[in-house]
Amino acid sequence: MSAPLLALRDLRKHFGGLAVTDGVSLEVRPGEIHAVIGPNGAGKTTLIHQISGTLRPDSGQVRFLGEDVTALPFARRVRRGLARTFQITSILPGFSALENAALAVQARSGSSFRFLRPAAAEAGLNREALAALAAVGLAHRAAVPAGTLSHGEKRQLELAIAIATRPRLLLLDEPLAGAGAEETERLIGILGRLRAEYGILLVEHDMRAVFALADRISVLAQGRLVTTGTTGEIRAHPEVRAAYLGEDEMA
Amino acid sequence: MADGAAPTAAGPAARLSRDGLPLLLFALLAAAPFAGFGDGASLTLMARAMILALAATGLWLLVGGAGLISLGHAATLGCGAYAVAILDAHGITEGAIVFPVAILGAGLFAFLTGAVSLRTSGVHFIMITLAFGQMAFFTAASLAAYGGDDGYTLYGRTEFLGGRLLESRLVFHFVCLGALALVWALCRAVLASRFGRVLRATRENPLRVQAVGFSPYPYRLAAYTLAGMTGGLAGALLANATEFVSPAILAWQRSGDLLFAVILGGLGRLHGAMLGAFAFLLLEETLSHVTAHWRLLFGPLLVLAVIFLPGGLVGGLVGGRRKPGGPA
Ligand SMILES: Nc1ncnc2c1ncn2[C@@H]1O[C@H](COP(=O)(O)OP(=O)(O)O)[C@@H](O)[C@H]1O
Ligand SMILES: [Mg+2]
Repeated sequence: MSAPLLALRDLRKHFGGLAVTDGVSLEVRPGEIHAVIGPNGAGKTTLIHQISGTLRPDSGQVRFLGEDVTALPFARRVRRGLARTFQITSILPGFSALENAALAVQARSGSSFRFLRPAAAEAGLNREALAALAAVGLAHRAAVPAGTLSHGEKRQLELAIAIATRPRLLLLDEPLAGAGAEETERLIGILGRLRAEYGILLVEHDMRAVFALADRISVLAQGRLVTTGTTGEIRAHPEVRAAYLGEDEMA
Repeated sequence: MADGAAPTAAGPAARLSRDGLPLLLFALLAAAPFAGFGDGASLTLMARAMILALAATGLWLLVGGAGLISLGHAATLGCGAYAVAILDAHGITEGAIVFPVAILGAGLFAFLTGAVSLRTSGVHFIMITLAFGQMAFFTAASLAAYGGDDGYTLYGRTEFLGGRLLESRLVFHFVCLGALALVWALCRAVLASRFGRVLRATRENPLRVQAVGFSPYPYRLAAYTLAGMTGGLAGALLANATEFVSPAILAWQRSGDLLFAVILGGLGRLHGAMLGAFAFLLLEETLSHVTAHWRLLFGPLLVLAVIFLPGGLVGGLVGGRRKPGGPA
């Protein structure tokens, strides 16, 4: 078995008296979609924050590509290949879709302390940005201001931006949230194709999507990992069945 | 793609329509001395307007470009102006020395104060820039060797290679115009560059900028320093325009005036700073001829402008509005 992309070691985070992350340890392997499921308030977003570096854990370790990155700031983890999306879509609404992705390409290709040459005319940046848009099926919307895209398209764009950073691992916080039925189908298709190139830690409420996509699933409740297993194991897990999954979703 | 965000390069015609207004302004200013505005009073007013516009253009880089609202921009003008005064007191009036010292001195001041100020954000940032501005003001007022509160009268205007070029009002007019056009063109290029793109992105969504791997701080600090350098240039020109330097040059009211000029002009396009500065001075000039209590009228007019021109002058004018985030 190859070395894990990401390894969490006994991660802990308290908000006041509330243990929001309570001794979480898990691994994401290369080429794997590892889903994290659990009820609202279980601490899934807080976990993503600690992995990405937008929040410091109280204790424990985040290891990425074999190195301890627990003390690295958010932006530096991204430059090492740890990209994330947000539960509430975070894009640059006034930039075109292409420029949104081009900014990410720019961050990893040469210095951005260049002051005179127009960035929009840099063919190299635009080419790679367009490729990232194409990877999520958004190439035809490249010139459109991101703020005017549909909700589903904005979610696709956020994926494209993450891809444009050329990550090793994608942390996706409910990428299907708020998407309509048709958009959900499209996004599931896109995520399925992305797995070939990137490890993915997927936080998602849509159980149909989780069971269609995930290789392994971790179940989180009140900050604690209840269990980690293959989709088959999770499907069969009595506690999980009873507590967190509707019987119909398991069918 | 009127906003130049598309990969295709804009042709000369597109460029003319984009930059038509600022280019027209420059042309009018170039023609003005030969079209009935060559008298001393007109040249003095236009010089003031161009210098204010130059300072406002640099400030726009922060406010419109990076979304950083500084209430301490006048301090950088003070740095530039006092550089002229202090060098003058020591017998140095050569422009090839004076202007670089003024610009770099103001840039250094901006770099050091920005390094601290930019650790904060929002209201705290506004307050700390104001506080640094006030520190600069009281420092200037305590410079007894250079006039203290009373200010310092220059022996003469800055020279170039021993020639007293700036003594001629007409030459000075074109020096100011050239400086303004150059600063506008540079700021415009900077905003469209890789650096400018990062800066504009930090204004829209700093979290998103970090999420692609940039730390916003060094970009903001560089912008703050650049803005300070333009302030230094404006201050050096202002000292030459009045041949007098006093702490009033870096009073916080001037920072407020500059900020107002930027907002009045509009944050949609870079040349809004110029429009705002010109409008501001014209209004002040006109009203002060009507009544001695012109500030009583000035205030309400400015309030009306903010209410009825939310996009500023560039937003109110046809075709002047750009989508937020465009390269200005
Ligand atoms: N900054 C915060 N301060 C205090 N409590 C927080 C903070 N962020 C999240 N919480 C609490 O932590 C718990 C987990 O939140 P979250 O990670 O967003 O859960 P999930 O994403 O699984 O729905 C919730 O009870 C939430 O109210
Ligand atoms: Mg959440």
